[in-house]
Amino acid sequence: MELIHVIIQGVLLGGLYALFAAGLSLIFGVMRLVNIAHGDLIVVAAYMAYFTMQALGVGPFMSLIVVVPGIAVFGYALQRGLLNFALGDELPPLLVTFGLSVIIQNVLLILFTHDSRRLYAGPIEMASWKFTPDLSVGVLPVIQFAVAVAVIGGLQLLFYRTTLGRSFRATSDDPEIAQLMGIENRHIFALAMALSLAVVAVAGVFIAIRTTFNPFYGPQLLIFGFEAVIMGGLGSLWGTLAGGVLLGLAQAIGGQINVGLPFTAGHVAFLLVLIVRPQGLFPKVSV
Amino acid sequence: MSAKDVVTPPTARVVHSTLSSRIGMTFWIVLTAVLVALPYWGDRQMMRLATEIYSFVALASLWNFLAGYAGLVSVGQQTFVGLGGYTLYLCALWAGLNPMVGLPLAGVIGALISVPIVLLLLKLRGAYFTIGSWVVAEVFLQIFQLVPAVGGGSGISLPATVVQSIASSRSGRESLIYWVFLALAVAVIGVIVLLLRTRYGLALQAIRDNETAAKSNGIDVNRARMVVFVVAAAATAMVGSMVFLQKLSITPFSAFSINDWTVNMIFITVIGGIGRVEGPILGTVIFFVLREFLADLASTYLIILGIVAIGVMLKAPKGIWGYAADRLGWQLFPLARHLVGGAGKTDSRALGVPAAERAKVPSPT
Amino acid sequence: MALLEVNSLTAFYGDFQALYGVSLSVDEGQAVAVIGANGAGKSTLLKSIVGMIRAAPGMIRFAGEAIGGVRSPKIVARGVTMVPEGRRLFSSLTVEENLRIGGQLGRPGPWTLQRVLDLFPMLAERRGQASTSLSGGQQQMVAIGRALMSNPRLLLCDEISLGLAPIVVREIFQRLPKIVAEGTAVVVVEQDVVQALAASNYLYCLQEGRVLLEGASRSLSREAIKAAYFGV
Repeated sequence: MELIHVIIQGVLLGGLYALFAAGLSLIFGVMRLVNIAHGDLIVVAAYMAYFTMQALGVGPFMSLIVVVPGIAVFGYALQRGLLNFALGDELPPLLVTFGLSVIIQNVLLILFTHDSRRLYAGPIEMASWKFTPDLSVGVLPVIQFAVAVAVIGGLQLLFYRTTLGRSFRATSDDPEIAQLMGIENRHIFALAMALSLAVVAVAGVFIAIRTTFNPFYGPQLLIFGFEAVIMGGLGSLWGTLAGGVLLGLAQAIGGQINVGLPFTAGHVAFLLVLIVRPQGLFPKVSV
Repeated sequence: MSAKDVVTPPTARVVHSTLSSRIGMTFWIVLTAVLVALPYWGDRQMMRLATEIYSFVALASLWNFLAGYAGLVSVGQQTFVGLGGYTLYLCALWAGLNPMVGLPLAGVIGALISVPIVLLLLKLRGAYFTIGSWVVAEVFLQIFQLVPAVGGGSGISLPATVVQSIASSRSGRESLIYWVFLALAVAVIGVIVLLLRTRYGLALQAIRDNETAAKSNGIDVNRARMVVFVVAAAATAMVGSMVFLQKLSITPFSAFSINDWTVNMIFITVIGGIGRVEGPILGTVIFFVLREFLADLASTYLIILGIVAIGVMLKAPKGIWGYAADRLGWQLFPLARHLVGGAGKTDSRALGVPAAERAKVPSPT
Repeated sequence: MALLEVNSLTAFYGDFQALYGVSLSVDEGQAVAVIGANGAGKSTLLKSIVGMIRAAPGMIRFAGEAIGGVRSPKIVARGVTMVPEGRRLFSSLTVEENLRIGGQLGRPGPWTLQRVLDLFPMLAERRGQASTSLSGGQQQMVAIGRALMSNPRLLLCDEISLGLAPIVVREIFQRLPKIVAEGTAVVVVEQDVVQALAASNYLYCLQEGRVLLEGASRSLSREAIKAAYFGV
């Protein structure tokens, strides 16, 4: 029973990781950019949620109404104003986003100090469903997982059933010819970044309810997203869900073995996948 | 046709120095001589600052070698800094080894551990390699935190006896450590320059410029990259071992933190000039000058560095040195490649073919 | 006033100059051919017109307005588009999606998805397929259809015969008069001189970035064309 509990926990956590991965995957798909500051932007969303909650006196879920559009607008501006100019060869995107990561962390440090914070969701944090006397599952993790699956499903719909999604796919295939369809690359890239940040902001707020965060938490989240992407396989949205779940499972099992082990177990799982099946579980594109 | 009519064309050879590089080398030699003598004319504070500068020059040059020449952007070099430090400490603690023996050992351990790491990481390309290198550093951080035998989360302090075994007097110790640092920096740059002068270095630059073309010319890209990675890991570990010798204690966080090492390596190299040997040296100078003026503003300092680095990457991707040197044609190291001697043209006159035979030699269109 | 006027167009790829002052014009209802050997600058010319290569403002005028230096999406919105060399269909999109995305701008005009499928009936049964699963000739038809969906006043075709069997090339070129009849002027860039002559009213011959010969297609002699093509 303990094992089932652990497995369920891991799977539910994996939903969040899948969202981080989806955000990374989206940007890579549309503009071949891996944003080293990805995790730090998630932390920015968490701080946004924190202060929205304080200013408006609402809970974390309500704060999303402000945070999601807010971070999306920020992402659009960031892409249009800076990152669009860093695209292209190998080095500039990596080093510019690396510099951005350092800048964001230190700006957050100056603004908000090193103090750890957490988002408080109230009684729902403790609520759980009892299936049997031995097995109960937290309500919050289930909600979070459901939201994660819904978001990924929504992204899938967006990409394959809407005009915008079609523009994303076309730009991803051939940015030069996409222009002949009337698609402005710089605008589409910025929209993709905005969408990506909107998605990860949701996950960021959720994870900030589960654990504490501080200005330097970003890289940790980047690594989780990255591990989930690689394990799931690039280019496939449902693959990122699989990868996220796998990572969540590894961490949960690792945490069972030793309290200090969850992240290490995740890293080990990632390295194992890399050795055995480097293209990931459900790859559509090769790295 | 008699034997004396057969002429072998004079052979061409590659010459690496230019006027600029001869001036440069003179400058470096004089500078090194002055710096070697520093323990005699400078004070202790100066020596400390100097060793810090040397360690940054070495680490940044190695990072530059990886990123600017082999095209591998690693944000995980702190792995080897930490491994080097821990190797020295553990050898001293477990085997009572003199730190000066620990130094080369750190290099060996760094090289050995880097092999499986690079084999794994080379399955990833571009930015994924980069993040992968970070994951590796995180793994080491966590392992060292968890394992009590290597000190766990609180780390290890270097016992006084070990420190004293380096040299009998304090000033003797400080001078010795100083010279080792200087030797490391000079050796790192020297090895890089020597490697770049060989055909191997030419292969590296080909890979950096156009990987597919390099492959189709028969260059084993992965093998070349592996060698660079292992060499850089070994050297980084050696620098790391000395850095922690000076610090007298080591913890997993101080050893494997990206912020203490890699961030600085990257900013120094980017601002100074990626892909040129002079770049990290200039970058280190700028870094320390800036630090003098902005010392109190720790976070702001990093923000400013970050903004400058981004600006340089977008506007002058070759860095300050690259930008200036391209315009002025400067080269402070003998790394040019000029063909000297031999036939400048392929027409028969230059080849030394006697007149009677010339009409029969077809002229190139 | 001509629909398209190109005045002394120069174009560079970095330091390399590809066009040295090319001038040409296209009238409404015309079909113009641009021929020349590889490297003559034909593709560069088309890319400059459609905005994929920057040109100085005054060098290109469309419907009286200077379009040099304007970005491609805006130029397509004004009614100039290109069927690119090598087809370049969107590999993640189906045939139908490729056609529909061509019409994304919503420019008014005779061409709708149904009209395009009427023009190329063999595409109708394949509309749900991945665009990459089609034969070369079919892909070329999709590429042309995709361009038509934006209801252009001027259609630039970059080497649409490339890599296709002669019978397929003939099939495709048979459609051009219908396209012109619907009100779209056409510029056809070709290495296949025979097709180019047959399909056009007027012809330009480029050699190493310069116009060496121009004239009404029917009036140009074989010898003159050969001389200009090969630069002899």
